[in-house]
Formats: sequence, C-alpha cells, structure tokens
Amino acid sequence: MSVKISVSINGKKYTSEVEPRQLLVYHLREALALTGSHVGCDTSSCGACTVLVDGQAVKSCTTLAAQVDGCNVITVEGLAKNGNLHPIQEGFKEEHGLQCGFCTPGMIMAAADLLQNNPDPSETEIRHALEGNFCRCTGYHNIVRSIQWAANKLKETNAAVL
Amino acid sequence: MIPANFEYHRAGSVDEALSLLDQPDVYAKVLSGGHSLIPALKLRLNQPGALVDIARIAELRYIRQDGNSIAIGSTSTHKDIANSALLAQHIAMLPEAAGLIGDPQVRNVGTIGGSIAHADPAADWPGVLLAADAEIVLRSKAGSRTLAAQDFFLGFYSTALQEGEIVTEIRVPIPAAGTKSTYQKFMQPASRFAIVGCAAVVQVSDGTCSMVRVAFNGVADACFRDVNVENALIGKAATAENIAAAAAQAAQGVSILSDHYAAEDYRKHLAVVYAKRALTVVAG
Amino acid sequence: MTYIGQSVKRVEDKRFTTGKGKYTDDIKLVGMTHAHIVRSPYAHAIIKSIDIDTALAHPGVVAIFTGKDIAAAGINGVPAGWQVNFKDGTTMKEPPHPLLVADRVKHVGDGIAVIIAEDLATARDAADLIEIDYEVLPCVTNPAEAVKAGAPQVHDNAPNNICFDWELGNPKAEVDAAIAASHHVTRLDLVNQRMAPNAIEPRSAIGHYDDSKDKFTLYTTSQNPHLTRLLMCAFVLGIPEHKVQVVAPDVGGGFGSKIFHYIEEALVIWASKQIGRPIKWTSTRSEAFLTDAHGRDHVTTAEMGFDKEGKVTALRVSTFANLGAYLSTFAPAVPTYLHGTLLQGLYTTPKIHVDVTAVFTHTNAVDAYRGAGRPEATYLLERLMDTAALEMGMDPAELRFKNFIPAFDGVTQPGYQTQVALQYDSGNYEPVLERGLEMVGYENFRKEQAEARKNGKLLGIGFSTYIEACGIAPSAVVGALGARAGLYESAQVRVQPTGKVSVFTGSHSHGQGHETTFAQVVADRLGIAMEDIDIVHGDSDSVAFGMGTYGSRSLAVGGSAIVKSIDKVLEKGAKIAAHKLEAAEEDLEYAGGRWTVKGTDKSIGFGDIALTAYVPHDYPAGLEPGLDFSSFYDPTNFTYPFGCHIAIVEVDAETGKVTLKRFIAVDDVGNVINPMIVDGQIHGGLAQGIGQAMLEGVAYDAEGQLMTGSFMDYAMPRADDLPSFEIDRKVTPCPHNPLGVKGAGEAGCIGSTPAVVNAVMDALTPFGIIKNLEMPMTPQRVWRAMHQK
Ligand SMILES: Cc1cc2nc3c(=O)[nH]c(=O)nc-3n(C[C@H](O)[C@H](O)[C@H](O)COP(=O)(O)OP(=O)(O)OC[C@H]3O[C@@H](n4cnc5c(N)ncnc54)[C@H](O)[C@@H]3O)c2cc1C
Ligand code: FES
Ligand code: FES
Repeated sequence: MSVKISVSINGKKYTSEVEPRQLLVYHLREALALTGSHVGCDTSSCGACTVLVDGQAVKSCTTLAAQVDGCNVITVEGLAKNGNLHPIQEGFKEEHGLQCGFCTPGMIMAAADLLQNNPDPSETEIRHALEGNFCRCTGYHNIVRSIQWAANKLKETNAAVL
Repeated sequence: MIPANFEYHRAGSVDEALSLLDQPDVYAKVLSGGHSLIPALKLRLNQPGALVDIARIAELRYIRQDGNSIAIGSTSTHKDIANSALLAQHIAMLPEAAGLIGDPQVRNVGTIGGSIAHADPAADWPGVLLAADAEIVLRSKAGSRTLAAQDFFLGFYSTALQEGEIVTEIRVPIPAAGTKSTYQKFMQPASRFAIVGCAAVVQVSDGTCSMVRVAFNGVADACFRDVNVENALIGKAATAENIAAAAAQAAQGVSILSDHYAAEDYRKHLAVVYAKRALTVVAG
Repeated sequence: MTYIGQSVKRVEDKRFTTGKGKYTDDIKLVGMTHAHIVRSPYAHAIIKSIDIDTALAHPGVVAIFTGKDIAAAGINGVPAGWQVNFKDGTTMKEPPHPLLVADRVKHVGDGIAVIIAEDLATARDAADLIEIDYEVLPCVTNPAEAVKAGAPQVHDNAPNNICFDWELGNPKAEVDAAIAASHHVTRLDLVNQRMAPNAIEPRSAIGHYDDSKDKFTLYTTSQNPHLTRLLMCAFVLGIPEHKVQVVAPDVGGGFGSKIFHYIEEALVIWASKQIGRPIKWTSTRSEAFLTDAHGRDHVTTAEMGFDKEGKVTALRVSTFANLGAYLSTFAPAVPTYLHGTLLQGLYTTPKIHVDVTAVFTHTNAVDAYRGAGRPEATYLLERLMDTAALEMGMDPAELRFKNFIPAFDGVTQPGYQTQVALQYDSGNYEPVLERGLEMVGYENFRKEQAEARKNGKLLGIGFSTYIEACGIAPSAVVGALGARAGLYESAQVRVQPTGKVSVFTGSHSHGQGHETTFAQVVADRLGIAMEDIDIVHGDSDSVAFGMGTYGSRSLAVGGSAIVKSIDKVLEKGAKIAAHKLEAAEEDLEYAGGRWTVKGTDKSIGFGDIALTAYVPHDYPAGLEPGLDFSSFYDPTNFTYPFGCHIAIVEVDAETGKVTLKRFIAVDDVGNVINPMIVDGQIHGGLAQGIGQAMLEGVAYDAEGQLMTGSFMDYAMPRADDLPSFEIDRKVTPCPHNPLGVKGAGEAGCIGSTPAVVNAVMDALTPFGIIKNLEMPMTPQRVWRAMHQK
C-alpha cells in the first residue's frame, strides 16, 4: 500500500514510507513536524499551504507526498539562514505584512516564487502574483509593501532569492 | 479533507504509463498536474483504485515547431505555455489564456493535457483549442490517433478519450501571417474559472475579415465554436459596427448555463459583450 | 525612550514569519486520537435510525458517539450568553443547542455523530460506513418568510419561529408622527446579507483528560478562553472550573467567529474522558462554512424623515434578524444592543424608533462578525443619507455637515445623550469628513465624473460617516441589558526579582499584536525597555481571568487593567524606594525607570527596587514582600470611535462589474499607541467591509443547502480585487480611560461597506436613483439594476 519516497526538505534528505493518498502538507506537518505550512481550505484556494517544489510555488494540499519523491522542497522553515530572517521574512516584519500570521508562510513562499521570476515587480504585478493566497487580516495593503521592501533589499544586497 | 486510498505508480515513459493503466479490475486514472483530480479525490467525488503519474515523463513535456504546427506535449504546464516565446510569436492567445488560469501555483503544475481531459465547461483551454483549430493526439496500447479539437470535446466533462488512452500532444496549426488571436475572460469572482471565455482568431486582409474563428468557454455545458458569429463577420470589413453586429449573434441556439453568479440571460449578454471585446482586439 | 506613539515592529513576527507559530492544530499530544464529525446533509430532517456498527468495527476506530450518548450523559446544550426579553417582558425563547443531535436536525451541518480514530484518515474513512436514515422535512431560511403563518417551524417551543421581539428609542407614536410630518421621507428596503467570517485558520479543539490529576485541558482556537471555560464548565458539562485549563495558543484570526463556545469544544473534552485519551478535532473549510457562526443577515425597512432644509427629523427602522437554528453565545445582543443603540449615528436626529424581530431559521447560527450590529446600523443610516441626498438634490457631504452632532470633548463638555440609550463619550465629527473631502479632491472628482459620463464611463463616489460603540463595556450596563457575564478585564503585572516584567492579560491576541502594543504601554509607564517585558495571554492557568478580545476592547479595557496594575506596582515601589533613599514618598518622582528625590541626584532604579521587594532585608516595616499586582478594570462607558470613509468606483456599463478605484478612510480611534498596528487593523477591516459590499455573501437555496459552501463559490477579496488604501487619522481622546484610547479593530469594517455601495449608486445615477440593488453587488446584480427600466 505505501510508497517509499526520498525528498530533500530544506536541504535535508528524508526517506519515508507514505500512504499514496498522503498529501504533502500533512506529510510535512504530521510526519516531519514542519507545522509552518498551514491548511486553510479544502478547495486548493487559500494558498496557506504553499511551499516551493524544485523552486516553484506549489499548493502542498493539492500535491501528493508521493509526487515529490526525488524533489527538492523548501518550506517557510527553510528560509531563514543562521538565525537571520530571509529578506522576504524581514520585509513582512518591517512593513507589518502580517497580523494573525496564519496566511504568512504561504504568502512568503508565493512571494519567493514571484521575486525569482520578477525581481522588480510593480504593485499590480505583486497583487496578481498573490491571486492564489488569501489573507483575511491585512487587506493585502501591507503585504504588497512587504514584498516591495524585500525586492529592494534583495536588489541592494545583490542577493538571490534562494 | 482526505482522499480514500489508492495505489500510486509513477510512469517513466508513455509505454509504461499505458501498461500501468491497463490493470484488470483496477479503476486506474492518469495523474498529471493533479489540480483537478486531487481536489476531486479530497472531496471523495472520485475514488479510483490507482493513479498513474505521468507528470515526469520527459517525452511529454515540450513546446516545439513541427512543420506548420506547434506541438505541445500534454504535460506542459500552464506556466510553460504562458512563457513560450514560440507561441507568443505565432498564436498569442495561448500564452494569454494560460496566464489567466487559476493562480501562479496552479499554473506552475496544472497541465494542458489534464485540463482538456477533464473538460470542465468553465475551463479555459477547450475553447481556446477550438478557436485555434487544434488537433489532439491520443495514445493507447492499440496505437495513436489524432482528433480535431471539435471531435475531442463531446459535452459536459466528456471527451472522446477512451479508457486506457492518454492525451500525448496538442497540435496547434500556425496561422497565416497577419492573423491575430486573443482570449478574453470574464471570471466567476470566487473560483475565477470562466463565466464566459471567448477565444477569437481573425485574419484581416485588406481591411476585410477573411478568416474568423470564435469559440466560447463557460457559456454552455461544453465549449463550442460559434459559427453564427463567425459567419456574420467573414467577408465583412473589420469595422466596429460589423464587429458589434457579429457579436450580437453570440450564443444563439445553444443551451446556456445558469448559476448563482450568472443566470441564463446575463450569461448570454456577457457572451455578446465578450465576443465584441475579443473581436475588437483582433480585428478592431 | 518613549514607545507610545511609535510604530514599533512586532514582537510576534519572528515566530510567525519563520513558521514557528503554534496554532491549535500544530499541537500533538502523546496518544492523541483524531475526531471526525458526521454532519447533517439536510436542513431539516428527522433522524429515523443510525447504524454505526460497521464503522465501529473499522480497524483504527476508537469510539463513536451519537446524540443518544450525549442525551444519556445528561449533557445540556450550549447556552446563549445574553438574554433579551420580548417587548412584553417574557424571556426570549432559548432552545438548547445539543452537542450532537439525537432526533431532529435543524440545519445543514448539524452534528450527528463523532468518530474517534487513531488517525484522521481512518476517522474519515469510517464516516463512509455510517448509515443514517432520514425523513426530510420542509425548511425555511429567510427570516421574513419564517415568521409567516404556515412556515416550517424550527423549534417546538418558539411559535412562528420568533426568538424575541424588541424595540428601542422614542415612543413609536411620536416617531410615526414625526415621519408623517416630514417634508421628505427616504425609504429603503435593505438586506444586510449573511457573511461567513472565514478566518484563514479553521477552528480546532483538542480535549485532554488526565485522570492522574482528574484534570481537563482544552486547547482551542478561541478569542476568549476564560469565557469558553466558564460556559463549558458551568452550563454545558457541569465540571468544576478549577479542574479545567483552557489554552488558546496562537490563533489565526477570529473576526468574532472564535468568541463563541462551540459544541466541538465540549465534545472533545467530554469524549476524552470517555476514551481516556486526548482527541483533536480540526474543522475543514467546508465545515467552517456550515458551522462557524455567520454574521449580519438582516432584512430591514428603514425610513428617514427630513425637513425643508435637509435636517433629519426622524428615523424609523424595522428589522427581521436571522439568528439561525440555534442561539450562539452573543447572538441575541447583536441585532439589539449592538445595532439599535447605534442608530443615532453622527446625527442630531431627534426621534428614533427601532423594532427588531429575532427569528429562528433552518440555517447555521448567526452571531457577532467584525463590527457586529454596528455595521448593520451604519449601513442603513449611511445608505439613507446618500439616497436622501440624491432624492432631495443635495450634496451628500453637505447633507452630513448639516446634521452632525456638534463637537464635544466629554471633559469640559458633557457626553452626547442619544435617543437610543447610549451616551457618546467624546466626538468631533466635521474634521474627519473635511479631511476625507480634501484627500479625495472632491471638487475635482465631480468634474472628472461629469467628463467621464460624457464618454459613457460610469464613475461614482460614495460616503459613509460612521460611529461605533467599542471597548465593550461597563458590566453593570451590559448586565442590565441581559449579558450573562461581566465585561471588565483583568491584568496581572508581575515584576520579577531582576526587574523583568511578566504581564498576564485576559485579552487575547489573534492578530492584533498585543504582545507588542501592551508591551509598549508597560515599557513607557515603567520606564524600562520593551525587551524586559513579556506579555502572556490565552492560558486560563496562568491568567487569572479574562473576558477576551472582541468589540475592539483590548486596549481600552484590557490595556486599562494593565495600567491599573502598573499604578499599584509604582505605588508600592515608591514605598520601598522611599525607605531605601531615606526620603518621604511625597518627595520622590518616578521617571525613566528611576525614583529620584526631587531636587537631588539621589535616586534608585526600578531593578533595585524589584530585587529589594523579593529580598526584603532592608525593607519598610509592615510592608509585604513581592511586587506583583492584579487588577480588574470595569469601564464606565463604551468608547465611541468614528470616521469618514469615501469610495470611488467605476462600473463597467456593459458587464456591471464594479472596480474599486480608490478608498479613503479618515478614522478617529482616540489615542494611538502603535500607528503601524492601528493602520493594519484599519486595512484589514476595510477589506472585509469592502468584501461585503462587492463580493461576499452566504446564500442558501430553497432546500437549505449552502450555495456558497467553499472558496470556489464564496467570493472573498483577493489582493487584486483591492487598491492600496489612502488613510489618515484624527485624534479625539477617550475621556474615561487612562490611555485615552477608543479601539480600532472594527472601524474599517463598519464604515466601508455603505461607502462602496453608495459609490455604485452614485455611478448609476444616469439610470435613475437605484434603491433595490443588494449586496454583494455582483456584476450580474449591477447589470440588472442598470437594465431594470
Ligand atoms: C484553485 C484552482 C483554480 C483553477 N482555475 C482554473 C481556471 O481559471 N481555468 C482553468 O481552465 N482551469 C483552472 N483550474 C484547473 C487547472 O487548470 C487544472 O490544472 C487542470 O484543469 C487539470 O490539469 P492537471 O494537469 O492538473 O490534471 P489532473 O488533475 O492531473 O487530471 C485531470 C483529469 O484529467 C485526466 N488526465 C490528466 N492528464 C491526462 C492525459 N494526459 N491524458 C488523459 N487523461 C488525463 C486525469 O485522469 C483526470 O481525470 C484551477 C484549479 C485550481 C485548483
Ligand atoms: S490549504 Fe488552501 S490552498 Fe492549500
Ligand atoms: S495575517 Fe491573518 S490571514 Fe493573513
């Protein structure tokens, strides 16, 4: 019944046996205790579960753990390096891009996808890039500012998103 | 939301996928991007015994010129298509439509093959492929066949796909020089699927619309070519009046969907508006 | 360093941005089981039989309980926390809300059985094995229909589905006469549609019974853990409160929906004792749509009379309020004391009468949702204002200036006594509208609008000048009005021996940033660094008591309780300092974290005093050791924030699609501790209020099925549905609390909705004065409104 998967998560290799129906988000949360990826809906709409699979933003509630066998997964827990917030995380803090924090991991991962493809997005581009993510707290105003902040910081420091 | 259990197999090649699909007594389904299938599994609307994952079959993911057509491998993602310079150069409505599907996460993994196999009446690809006059290449253990898009889409979530058959390629003919295409979409505000999606391909020669193809998504229980609109414009001068008159013919004689966000009369009205908007972009 | 007034970055953000927040569903206890609830697929049906045998035998299933088990255990239903009486003085109808239904289900989503299994997948699998035989009965979902003769009855003991009727204001006959004598009367029939709160974190509850200590622990997504404990222990399960710890850890948004005590909380607690293991239940989004208390749902007729000059002469309002199938915790208060009492608005209206009929229907319960009653009041008032302006050919801004209550500070001038029971604390209304007009560039806009119309473009501007009652509120007042709890707040300030400070507050933060704002207040008052302060909330074992966070009350009430405790700390600290400095207490002053003998350089720091308090060797005679104080703060009045919201929209003349082009908000929420956080609260409120106007709305079909039961059907604002907001502030301090704060949590949601709707009406004036366009203003509805003539 179960399938064996081997996945790199936040740079660390994990080999596990999973039920084929196991969704990636539950695998992360239950088996690996990476509870930063959240479940906010059952229709693949809210984006709270967004992670990067091989560098691309993916809704982990709509991905089977079995599908990411051999892939490189980055969750929100994998962004900060040596105790320093990632520029996107910093941006959310600096510009008050979060309130309850529940949507935040997904927002940050969606922002990472955007900034990899478009290092200098306009406000309209940012708003479009967040189409797959709900926030009920912030009205998005400061999330836009947070991503702009991060874009500037990445530019100034000449850093890659990942 | 947890799906009922199933077996999972990942295929490395089309042949392997076809063998894996051909299991006696097991209801096996193809898994591509999973962005229609997995939501349905979670709601237990669909309970297959096995999934055959084709997403990583290298031979199915490409966008390339092949003679007078552009061949799109069926596991090409919406994002692959949105970013394709080749498509943008020859038939812009494909990248345009791809960019209007779902959201970035959906576009990163959802595939064109999965979308057309699913044949959601509100999905974007079906109408676009009709207007593109595309062909769909299918393969089964018995061999390969090619259907016109027109013959592939049969109705409400219904296609010509047979059990054990997979979509391998979508072939889009390269339009004659000077042909323009567009996809205009009016979204359902919650799901952002199409309430009305209008794909239009028009060639204007010497100010006259020499070729017109118009197709709709979302309006009826399946995508359809709107010959009334097309005929009303073919051979006519590309003027605002002629476009409006042709658009006014939209969605005649089809059974129009009605739901919470758009009752029949309003949907029909939108079909007219979106036909006009699409035609104005390509012929206006 | 002063912190108050600074946009200090939030203390909580490090854990949230790194995925280290601890929400209820993140908690994993040893031996924990998982629950799935089987819910009714019908709005109204008799349960003829339930067969659980196959499911129970399914490997991995630990236990299954049904309504019969709950009834056999003698468990009462979940009670309401507020009692409203009929006009004739009889008490409201209060049918119990059983934890699981044994006989007759009353809305889609009503709980029927709970399956507890080793893991969630197994529990879910077993649900497919339960067989239930129903006899489906007719149902009613609309409140105005439900009261009609012959309508299906929700409860046997609530004739005509009426929970209570209620009125407030001037005698009806006086108001009728004033309306009749008015020069002009504007009448609107309005639906304030049902809303799904949709905090992005779904509800979750973990029940854990530890028989070695005979102690229960409930982890829950709650805005007020103590109230949940009180209701659950005293009214539902009859278990002793001191044996129950309720923890609301990080909570992912509430917006009202997590105030209430829900059946699932009591269920996991009760069942955990039955099976001897912890149980976790987490809602799916589908369940959330079915069972998280909804908001609004009023069907209203409102009439406003005017004299020749445009002065309001009278207001008459009649509302059917849908309460759903069961009474949720604060449900009776919302359409009455949080709605009727706000109908004065910002205006000098001399005669007001409001009549409310609260109705049961076969739908999910309705309770407080961000704003709770005040948005409904504001909506009708502000819709009336803009509609009246159109009808009378007046400028909507001008009409408001004409009717504003004159400024009063509540200190040298008395508060403003309304016709509907409240006394406003302080207010200065003209400046917010003036500033709004300035920000929007009103005159230019009108020119632009006229120009646009010539080109067939439909631009519109809409206004809303609102007031709300926040900081709920004096216990004696709310008690007299039927509240079954007090509405004070508690705070303990514990100075540690090293001078670090732990603050235990009964307020609860689920996005509001209390760990930051409260620490700013404490740091400033004590003159110490914010880093030396820890704010603790959400755990009934560490926080003495609390009433929780809702009604924009945390800083006004909870913050004031903290200030009270700090005052006590400083008072005692001064005694110790006087002893150490060999000076009289009167000769000391406290600043910058030090007590100094006035006019000298003799001083002693806060840390030294703290240490002395705990190591009292050289210490004032007769003084207790320690530096740790608790206080309860019960406010003397509500607070009354107000503001002006202005929307500019463009309507697509062909499709009816509304685009929000600009949104201007000028709010006066009293003093501001952290402007960044207050702005954030306003932004979030605006998005929800705009969402109600343009996108959101719960709809039931004739069978009582939700037509909007998922994010695929219920439209909520996404980033690209909204513009950036243009906001500003005025400050009229609250005269009756020590911080002068009024509350900012709901303002955005209260003011914005009518502004957007009014803007659409304004855009559509080429089609006449449109009165029957309901929210949400979907493209289809707007298109119909344009084409109805
Ligand atoms: C939140 C969200 C929003 C969306 N919005 C839109 C939208 O706006 N417009 C739109 O058009 N779509 C939308 N979609 C659907 C999305 O585009 C899907 O990706 C697409 O419909 C299915 O492609 P897939 O690769 O994910 O297919 P899967 O989900 O893997 O498969 C879908 C079905 O097709 C079958 N199948 C898949 N591939 C093949 C094949 N090669 N041969 C034969 N059968 C096959 C499967 O067995 C299954 O029955 C949305 C989806 C989500 C989750
Ligand atoms: S949980 Fe909502 S999109 Fe994944
Ligand atoms: S911060 Fe609460 S949902 Fe976004």
